[in-house]
Amino acid sequence: MKILLIEDEAELADAIQKSLEKELYLVEHASEFDSAMEKISLYEYDCILLDVMLPGGSGLELLEVLKKTKVEGNVIIISAKDSLDDKLIGLGLGADDYLTKPFHIAELNARIKAVFRRKNLNGSNQILTGNTALDLTEREFKVDGELLDLNRKEFDILNYFLVNKNRLITKNALAEHVWGDAIDQADNFDFIYYQIKNLRKKLQSSKAEIEIQSIYGVGYKLTEL
Amino acid sequence: MKLLNQSIKYLSVSIFLIVTVWSAIFYFNMLDEIHDSIDDGLENYKQLIIKRTEDDSTILQKTDYEEGNYTLHQIAPDEALSMRDYFTDTLLYMQNENDLEPVRMLTTAFRHDGDYYQLTVFNSTVEEDDLIEDLLYSIIWLYLILVVSIVLINNVVLQRLWKPFYTLLGDLKTFRLDKESPALEVKSQTKEFMELESAVNSLISNARETYSNQKKFTENASHELQTPLAVITAKLELLLERESLQSESAETVGQILQTIQRLTRLNKSLLLLTKIENRQFSENKSITINHVIDQAIADLEDFASFRGVEISVEKSADLSLQMDESLASILVSNLLRNAIFHNIPGGKVWVEVGKNSIQIRNTGKDKALDASRIFDRFQKETTDNSSTGLGLAIVQAICKLYGFEILYRFDGQHCFKVNFQY
Repeated sequence: MKILLIEDEAELADAIQKSLEKELYLVEHASEFDSAMEKISLYEYDCILLDVMLPGGSGLELLEVLKKTKVEGNVIIISAKDSLDDKLIGLGLGADDYLTKPFHIAELNARIKAVFRRKNLNGSNQILTGNTALDLTEREFKVDGELLDLNRKEFDILNYFLVNKNRLITKNALAEHVWGDAIDQADNFDFIYYQIKNLRKKLQSSKAEIEIQSIYGVGYKLTEL
Repeated sequence: MKLLNQSIKYLSVSIFLIVTVWSAIFYFNMLDEIHDSIDDGLENYKQLIIKRTEDDSTILQKTDYEEGNYTLHQIAPDEALSMRDYFTDTLLYMQNENDLEPVRMLTTAFRHDGDYYQLTVFNSTVEEDDLIEDLLYSIIWLYLILVVSIVLINNVVLQRLWKPFYTLLGDLKTFRLDKESPALEVKSQTKEFMELESAVNSLISNARETYSNQKKFTENASHELQTPLAVITAKLELLLERESLQSESAETVGQILQTIQRLTRLNKSLLLLTKIENRQFSENKSITINHVIDQAIADLEDFASFRGVEISVEKSADLSLQMDESLASILVSNLLRNAIFHNIPGGKVWVEVGKNSIQIRNTGKDKALDASRIFDRFQKETTDNSSTGLGLAIVQAICKLYGFEILYRFDGQHCFKVNFQY
């Protein structure tokens, strides 16, 4: 999988790149408008991460070029602008997703995977890990072929963990992803612990070969046993 | 006080003064003129009588007024010689009026055949009190007519002249800085109004520029803050994933990360607040509050059950509103989260939807909050520093934006009520 990261902030680009390389993606980086334009016109990418505010031009212009040349780029806008206008313009210009800075690495990971899944939909839409299978279309979770009964939120949590296998998921990231914006301002995320505890119990009793570990009180990590 | 009434007030006072002074001067001038002409008549009469005495000496015996308006008395020569003609104002009994009436009297002396006589001639004169009275009435009438006609003329003229002003005023009242509208126009050739028009328009364009700069500043500030926050968050998250990290250091990093996330939330909240206050939300559409409440409860129910708080909803009406979708959801969820957060274990939250209001009541501390301060920024009830202290400030800003009313009262339970139409 080849990803183009267009981001002018060197430190952020570096962190994103490192994180994406952990997922074994091939990452190229462009830090300003012209070099991004050059890369877009020369190569093809499976996914483009696009910052809107760039030295030398606007990311939205790049998006227009991509749309005109009908390059099959799956673009995720990463912007510090949390303005609805930008979001609508971006999505209107054919971007697949819009992520506001600052974001959690786990969230970016999940969005990229969602883009790939949409792109490479060849029948099955399943995440297979160990002896488990998560079917996104049917919203079913099976262990050794047997259905495990999960409620809506448990399914969403597990889904988030599975696309971020072996990666740290902070409680914040999980809360924002699963519980939505209403929880965003919530003052503490201790309630997540109970959800995780229930989920762990279900996974253990069904002998699933995956495990959710706590990470230093900050968050969790799903690993394959 | 309206401009019209103000000008009438000043005009009527000054006209009153002018008319008063003018009538006093007029009165004395007129009196003077009347006396003058009576005196001329008396002088003439005197000469006629003296001339008559030369032909008809019988009248020298006329010592009483009777039918003629004069008397003659013989006087001592030295008295006569020392006498000068003089006029007096005095009163005499008049038959027709059956009363004493004011008269003008000329007293003089003359010589006839070596004898000296004193002649008094009189003519009835104006009754000054009558004159004053007549004058007063006519002046009052004059004053009233003047004031009434000024009111009428003022009304018509001022209303016509000031019409462009009132039109402009109306335009200004509905003017909104954040809404694109053409430059204001005054349909008038009056110099002052044309100046007003250009002054108002330059003021508006200045304000617009400042406003857009402010907007840009907010966005730029957000960009400048969000990016470093994004860098720190990403780096710390990566650092925590490192296997080589000692668990003690990892805990510290975790704590830093949590602090950074609090900072991120704070920054987001402040931005949201600024955006609401800058009226940067104008995507209004029809929102059913009942759905918004259902969604907010679904999002928050795990949080509530973790805190041992039970939420019950009573919807007595379907409440629909024109407002921004995200703001509606922020309004409801902030109030709800507040009610859950500042609750007691085993407490309750009641949500009631009325025809034009929602009310969220919760059990909590057995003490009323300071209603005048709870909506202020950074007004924290708890010592828990994970609260941003902006939740209710955001609620209030949203209410202000849409003209809703937010009320807090305490009656054993803490109750927040939003009136959507009041």
